[in-house]
Amino acid sequence: MAKITYITSDAKVHEIEVQNGLTVMEGAIQNNIPGIDADCGGGMACATCHVYVQDDWYDKLSAKEDGEEDMLDMAFEPKKNSRLSCQLIVSDELDGLVVNIPSKQS
Amino acid sequence: MIKTDALIIGAGPTGLFTAHQIKLIGLDCEIVDNLDKVGGQCIELYPDKPIYDIPAVPECTGEELTKNLIDQLKPFDIKFHLSERVEEVKKDNVNWIVKTNNGKIFSTPNVIIAGGVGSFEPRKFSAKECEKFENKSVFYSVKDKKIFEGKTVAIFGGGDSALDWAVELSKNSKVNLIHRREEFRGAQATVNKMHALAKEGKINLFTKYQMTSVHGNGQLESIDIKNDNDEVKNIKADYALGFFGLIMQLGPIANWGLNLDKKTIEVDTEKFETNQKGIYAVGDICTYPGKLKLILSGFHEGALAARACFKLARPNEKYRFEFTTTSSNLLKRLGKKE
Repeated sequence: MAKITYITSDAKVHEIEVQNGLTVMEGAIQNNIPGIDADCGGGMACATCHVYVQDDWYDKLSAKEDGEEDMLDMAFEPKKNSRLSCQLIVSDELDGLVVNIPSKQS
Repeated sequence: MIKTDALIIGAGPTGLFTAHQIKLIGLDCEIVDNLDKVGGQCIELYPDKPIYDIPAVPECTGEELTKNLIDQLKPFDIKFHLSERVEEVKKDNVNWIVKTNNGKIFSTPNVIIAGGVGSFEPRKFSAKECEKFENKSVFYSVKDKKIFEGKTVAIFGGGDSALDWAVELSKNSKVNLIHRREEFRGAQATVNKMHALAKEGKINLFTKYQMTSVHGNGQLESIDIKNDNDEVKNIKADYALGFFGLIMQLGPIANWGLNLDKKTIEVDTEKFETNQKGIYAVGDICTYPGKLKLILSGFHEGALAARACFKLARPNEKYRFEFTTTSSNLLKRLGKKE
């Protein structure tokens, strides 16, 4: 289990206990956190589960796989700390992770 | 007005196999898709990515799967209406009247929505002001490249479309190519060509920059771009072209009076029928308890919806279940028997 904090673009804070093994995207979808669409269902094929990872966390996450940066090219307002939340797999190490959800996914 | 036993919306894997099932049981059908090609997400999102969970197909790419499904439809004569988006579905006494954005009208007792996550639309610039210039000086595809001759064009994106058009338009226009990072994901040969043209001064390359706003009075005049360090540059531009791929939008489906759950359509698990009689939803777009968004589930859902169509299309006939291995009716339809 890890506590993941999702901050939506209206500054609402959603603190969710997410099971290990799920992705940060699935944690949001299963708990009805608005702002993450995940159209392709976690296939790294649509860039609609885009989040901004808070800076102190960005370097601690697993490196991007081939293709994630390509998909981020298509995301809505990508930044240096952008990730696709379907590629972030929850584990104890992610306890306390904070992600900001962009105002739109497309 | 085109009359058919069943109209399928969406030419992805589920729509294609549903068409197979409809034709196999002796009904006719037509397929509409907003994309200009058959295959849906398989072709648009992951043509080269291998899929490992199609029953009896250990491994195939989205493109191969699509090709095989099209091959499987060969015995049948199926009319495809590509680059057509269904806008309206309305009931007229018995039949559903379906209208597309290009004015095609269908009359059918059965509408099967196999629409994935909706229709593919180009992703747009995030700067709100771009809307004012859309289709005048801001475009997401090129229809007539002549309009750019002698003009200054700002091209945004890092894939093949952005690179191909940057190379092509640099022959007769002043081209600025803007991309959010230094790496491009297009074909290496085109990337090299673009860099060579940049070296010659034929393309102005701005990497690590993104659009922040656009300016102009009626016609686009300039664009503000910003890099990771918040440095803003203003570049002159008569036209802006954005190539950020496609996004799926539920679009007009939301207005057809169907019970929705988020972006999916609620169906029963007997006929995969929606709350409207004669409208079915299959594949990723439908939802029911236990729904799995797998291609194999779409095949099953399409097969059952096809049988349900029979009743409305042939109210005076009785549907009889038959196997392709033994039924001479089915073998005739498949072209395997005289």
